[in-house]
Amino acid sequence: MSEHVVRPITYYGIFAILLVLTAVTAGVAFIDLGAMNTFVALTIAVVKATLVILYFMHVRYSSKLTWVFVGAGFFWFLILMAFLFADIITRGWLPPGVDWGGN
Amino acid sequence: MSEATSRLAHHFNDLKQQKEATTLGMWAFLVTEILFFGGLFAGYAEYRSRFPEAFAAGSHHLDIVLGTINTAVLIGSSLTMAMGVHAAQLGKRKKIAVFLLLTIVLGLVFLGIKAVEYTHKYHEGLIPGAGFGLQGADRQQMLFFAFYFLMTGMHALHMVIGVGIVSLIAFFAWRGRYSPEYYGPVEVTGLYWHFVDIVWIFLFPLLYLIGRH
Repeated sequence: MSEHVVRPITYYGIFAILLVLTAVTAGVAFIDLGAMNTFVALTIAVVKATLVILYFMHVRYSSKLTWVFVGAGFFWFLILMAFLFADIITRGWLPPGVDWGGN
Repeated sequence: MSEATSRLAHHFNDLKQQKEATTLGMWAFLVTEILFFGGLFAGYAEYRSRFPEAFAAGSHHLDIVLGTINTAVLIGSSLTMAMGVHAAQLGKRKKIAVFLLLTIVLGLVFLGIKAVEYTHKYHEGLIPGAGFGLQGADRQQMLFFAFYFLMTGMHALHMVIGVGIVSLIAFFAWRGRYSPEYYGPVEVTGLYWHFVDIVWIFLFPLLYLIGRH
């Protein structure tokens, strides 16, 4: 059988790390880091999601083609977010009171 | 013809190719799920950036203890799911069924806690609509709760569907349908379950943990 079989100890290890990260993210939320709170929370979430994808979902041991599918999906999501925030951040840059041709 | 070979669909050369196609097909579906939930996350980001105070205030109405417990429950269900797939790779019929049953139980515990939270929100008058309980400037929090119910609701719907599929796979596993050569359905059911877990991994900090300090 060519299929890669992950040892149960790996699954239990990943499970333990995920629980610790859940406790950390809940705890950090009570510390005032200003705008960094959201950044830290999302970074921890990305680490947790990556662990789930690589180990629980076996992507680490999957074919290159699977990597392309997974990568394309999340890369699309990054494009969506990048353009969304480009709009949100730059919207205030327009000088107020200028008629942009709307009405 | 062996049991395993009889599971080979005629348009594949061998079981290995069939398994690869099965996994890839599920990932293609999960990519469309990223499109679906991506839109919800984008809407959330847009409105949270416009009404940061209302979103933080709305988040304070959520029960962080229940949210954290539910996150742990869901991660636990991902572990039992992964162990179920592992049992399938080794061809241990009863072990697959037991781990999948544990996954179902943990999934139902998650949905039960979610139902308790929804009930609390209902009694606190936090369901968006004409009867929304908060007045004045606090009424802006309705937007937060609209996203809360839409996102957790769509997630819960995925959980309900997941519980149904895992039940079916557990039944088939118990009947001895899967083997180390043929266990694609168990594997891709796991992929779906883990994906729903990932969605929650992002929903938890974005909904429960805003402005807690």
